[in-house]
Amino acid sequence: MLPIEPLLYLSAFLFSVGLIVVFTKRNAIVILLGIELMLNGANLNLVAFNRAQPELFDGQIFALFVIVVAVCETAVGMAIVLRVYHFYGTSVPDQISELKEKP
Amino acid sequence: MTLFTIIFYFFVGLTALSSVSILFVRNVLYAALLLIICLLSLAGIYIMTGAEFLAITQILIYAGGVLVLIIFGIMLTGRVMGKPLEVDHKNIFIGTLVGLGFFFLLSYAINLTAFNFPASPSDADQHQHVGKIGVLIMSDYVAPFELAGILLLISLVGAAVIASFTKTKNNVAD
Repeated sequence: MLPIEPLLYLSAFLFSVGLIVVFTKRNAIVILLGIELMLNGANLNLVAFNRAQPELFDGQIFALFVIVVAVCETAVGMAIVLRVYHFYGTSVPDQISELKEKP
Repeated sequence: MTLFTIIFYFFVGLTALSSVSILFVRNVLYAALLLIICLLSLAGIYIMTGAEFLAITQILIYAGGVLVLIIFGIMLTGRVMGKPLEVDHKNIFIGTLVGLGFFFLLSYAINLTAFNFPASPSDADQHQHVGKIGVLIMSDYVAPFELAGILLLISLVGAAVIASFTKTKNNVAD
């Protein structure tokens, strides 16, 4: 029987690393990577607490739906990043202060 | 300490190491490859905690789908030809402070709590998890399952529409 505390510490660690990535990086794609890390930390937490009631599978099914929503978010996010890059020539969010047409 | 435990802590360490390395690499492509390592070792942890279906989904969808999408995005948004896409940093002090503070807060809460979970199910019913999850998805959770399908359809059509390079009015005016 494996202990559960390493899983909880690891999920807290993954969430914090994703938070630092989102705060400190200046590229939109790396910010998306940080969001993926945070979602995976939440998923690991759900899987760990699924072991409180091993006969039910609520946590695992919730994690499946989290994965589905993460896929949707990444697809739309990458599409927006590509479109913005095509229009402005950069993928750094700080250099794009407005989404209006170019003057 | 059995071999099972050693492999479990190996995956835990690999996940932590590859995720924290994302903070320190400057090349965006290397960050995506490190995220692939992180997600694959997370799939190993899922298998060892009895979530086999989730592990396969993680490998198929995350490592096979999402990261390929992100790597294509990195290849399509390189600014200078022949020069790798690199990332700059901002707010390093505030960001690290917030992240570390959040981590220590969560660790304090975990350390404070006593978890007494029931013992792991025996090996006899360990290999029926996938079938049970399939039955549950098609019976109790069928409404969210269908909603997830509609959400996937909508978001993929939306992504295709947003990313398609059509001739807009701007391009004609140029």
